[in-house]
Amino acid sequence: MKIRYLVYALPVIVLVALLALFMRGLFLNPTIVPSPLIGKSVPTFSLPRLHDPAKSVTQNEFRNQVALLNVWATWCVACRDEHETLVQFSKQNIVPIYGLDYKDDRQTAISWLAKEGDPYKDNAFDESGDVAINWGVYGAPETFLIDKHGIIRHKYIGPLTPDIIKNDLLPRIHRLEQE
Amino acid sequence: MKRLAIVCCGLLAAVVSSSALAIDSEPPFPDPATQARYEHLIHQFRCLVCQDETIADSNADLAADFRRQVHNMVAAGKSDAEIRAYMVKRYGDFILYKPPVLERTWLLWGGPFLFLAIAIGAVAIVIRRRSTMLDSSADDGEVQ
Repeated sequence: MKIRYLVYALPVIVLVALLALFMRGLFLNPTIVPSPLIGKSVPTFSLPRLHDPAKSVTQNEFRNQVALLNVWATWCVACRDEHETLVQFSKQNIVPIYGLDYKDDRQTAISWLAKEGDPYKDNAFDESGDVAINWGVYGAPETFLIDKHGIIRHKYIGPLTPDIIKNDLLPRIHRLEQE
Repeated sequence: MKRLAIVCCGLLAAVVSSSALAIDSEPPFPDPATQARYEHLIHQFRCLVCQDETIADSNADLAADFRRQVHNMVAAGKSDAEIRAYMVKRYGDFILYKPPVLERTWLLWGGPFLFLAIAIGAVAIVIRRRSTMLDSSADDGEVQ
């Protein structure tokens, strides 16, 4: 008669398994898409500097130092929220922050930084957004953590907060610096 | 009533056919076959801003940028497979509107068949038990 119990139990088991699956689905954040570029070298690029279009910013900046690349724009509201956190973090001089000014207006960006503080060591100006696509960017702000060998090691999607910096970013930076 | 239905269908058709392509600055390809290939391709990629739309349907800025990339790659003579690989390398499998069959996605693709098999199995068991019950009761009748 064991089979008989199994016949009644099976639908219940399947139902519970499905419910567990759907419950998990409810608490996933679909807007965070993991980047396949983690563990890969930074994409090659050459973009004009925000403040000096005659000069360029390239992937060669990410050599022999742990660094951050922050994708931002003045039109991006979440980037404005994040800005003060970045300014405070840059004052600690832990790692250089490079900016990728994404589909922005050059003059607006320059005056925004002059007014609100400039946390960036250098800023690449990506007017068309094509370089951002090579970096797998789909929504500013995004922040890449890059190791001494120019390998992307982590990506934050959405604004950095003091809490994320203290509890997640800083431990990661310390680990990378000891490698 | 019939006229209303026709008007509704017409409106629906207009809405469905007016894709986001209208906002793009790239001119269509002069060769209709290439244009068809381009349009087929952009229906295969997901817009990561509005994730339930393809880049062909989405009005998002990012979708327009993706369309421009695909347009340039088609113009440069890249194959469909090369263009798909380009997008997946940067954005992962999620960029593909139709999920690929992988170890991670076997349940997604195989699930319906698995449930169908379970259902057929359950029905088979029930039918067999019913028929043996009928047989034995018939036997009982004969004996008595």
